[in-house]
Amino acid sequence: ATEKTLPFNKPCKLFRLEEGPPEEGTLTHDDALSLYKSMNYIRRIETASGNLYKEKVIRGFCHLYSGQEAVAVGMRAALRPQDTVITAYRDHGWVYMMGVSPLGILAELTGRQSGCARGKGGSMHMYTHNFFGGNGIVGAQAPLGAGVAFAHKYKGNGGVSLTLYGDGAANQGQLFEAMNIAKLWDLPCIFICENNGYGMGTSAERASANTAYYTRGDYVPGIWTVTDYNLAGQVDGMDVVAVREATAWALEYCRSGKGPLVMEAATYRYSGHSMSDPGTSYRTREEIQEVRQTRDPITSFKERILSHELVELDELKAIEQEVRKVVDEAVKQAKGDKEISLEELYADVYSHPVEQEIRGTTAFRRHRHSRIGPAVNQ
Amino acid sequence: MGVEFDHVKVNVPVVFRGPNGAAAGVAAQHSQCFGAWYSHCPGLKVISPYSSEDAKGLLKAAIRDPDPVICLENEILYGVAFEMSSEAQSKEFLIPLGKAKVEREGSHVTLVAHSKAVQTCLDAAEELSKSHIDCEVINLRSLRPLDFSTIATSVKKTHNLVTVEQGWPQCGIGAEIAARAHEDECFYHLDHPVVRVTGADVPMPYTKTLELNAIPQAADVIECVRQILNR
Repeated sequence: ATEKTLPFNKPCKLFRLEEGPPEEGTLTHDDALSLYKSMNYIRRIETASGNLYKEKVIRGFCHLYSGQEAVAVGMRAALRPQDTVITAYRDHGWVYMMGVSPLGILAELTGRQSGCARGKGGSMHMYTHNFFGGNGIVGAQAPLGAGVAFAHKYKGNGGVSLTLYGDGAANQGQLFEAMNIAKLWDLPCIFICENNGYGMGTSAERASANTAYYTRGDYVPGIWTVTDYNLAGQVDGMDVVAVREATAWALEYCRSGKGPLVMEAATYRYSGHSMSDPGTSYRTREEIQEVRQTRDPITSFKERILSHELVELDELKAIEQEVRKVVDEAVKQAKGDKEISLEELYADVYSHPVEQEIRGTTAFRRHRHSRIGPAVNQ
Repeated sequence: MGVEFDHVKVNVPVVFRGPNGAAAGVAAQHSQCFGAWYSHCPGLKVISPYSSEDAKGLLKAAIRDPDPVICLENEILYGVAFEMSSEAQSKEFLIPLGKAKVEREGSHVTLVAHSKAVQTCLDAAEELSKSHIDCEVINLRSLRPLDFSTIATSVKKTHNLVTVEQGWPQCGIGAEIAARAHEDECFYHLDHPVVRVTGADVPMPYTKTLELNAIPQAADVIECVRQILNR
């Protein structure tokens, strides 16, 4: 069979909603392979990033997405061309899903010229068509996402703004300000809390008086998706199909003019908050191991599509090999690639510079502003 | 029912402290110097320690101060060890807010800096001393109030003034010092216009070689000093 109906591992929970997403999703053979491939790409890119960081080829901040692949991949599968995405600094997976190549990401991380921002942006500053970053400041993307939603409504282009934040940022005041205006003006915005269980060095339970993040929009209805997140043992796999279906439903809801939604995606991060956090001082290694063995979004999906006889094992192995080859090659290029020339320090500061020269470190050094471009929104 | 007070005037004794300026490899949003931004605001006091004794003495004084104080600490300097005199190790060691420190005495040119740029100036001064150019290095310690009298006294001796900071040039700390030099009698003692050495006027790039060139190095200070002294 080339199409199978997969029930969700757990139905969505609803807040101030009569009806929610369906409780099952239909998956074709090609869908299954595509979702599997994307999740594998993200995992490989992040594993490579972690290694490059340890080799000191990647510097500064680096926040890995491993463990959360089902969220970006499932959501991306439901997006239509007019929809937009904005997230925080844990952005590599999303950057890949929005169309940047593994080399574009890895060379950005190594600060080289093939990077999607020519190596000038680094881990937290990546952008592409319909993807507004890559934002380095905790929670600051939430008001921007509401603004992007306003642009959708103002232009009447039928788009919806997917505005992502973590369980840590969920306690930022600016998020509630953004939700307020979004509801007041019924903006097409899905506020998505990627609840990976931990903020920076702190569990969600220690940081949030209410960890049911999907209910925290108050007057904004919410849905909770993926699976039951309960560290006491009631755990299950993270479900890319559930994310896709819930997102498709949420997009339709927002597009119909009903205003914003809050959507909580319960997930897990295997790494620390960033590379400078070993991630083991506020949780046990056993817990991480248990999630890897019982709820991993990739292996659980693999088992399901094999047991439903949607795909052949050989097909998955071929994908794994292809992904490994492409990412290994990208790593090699990203390490061997050149940095941009020093003149580019004075490039692209403006898209339309009024002054032709930019001051260097002294008044005796003035530099011609140059434009490298092209911009994705040119 | 509230308690009634005869006086309703309220002090705001609060200290905000945090890392400031460029660290390493953290790109545009985690590299800015907020020295100029905060020191723009009346009512605030702004301190920017360079050494360990600065960090201790200024922070203690800030905590005892009845006004809001912003303490801008450099992330790179967290990892640098400085000698602490026995005086500085005393429990009651305080550094008055609004007073600069002459870190190195010299007679040919005055270099004024705060935070990590003080080190840049000291390195430049050391190098220039080999060419028999004596730099006086002033560590501002406080950005607001700004101790202009220490700068003016030095300029009366050296007749040349170079400001050095990692922040951007426009409306920066150097811009403020240059403006004050022109408003003051100090102006008549200058042999050359005030020269500013600053961060390049660009957002901080992640690219390693570009990052290095976006913040002033000792070589930039040396170049400026040689230029104005014509040596």
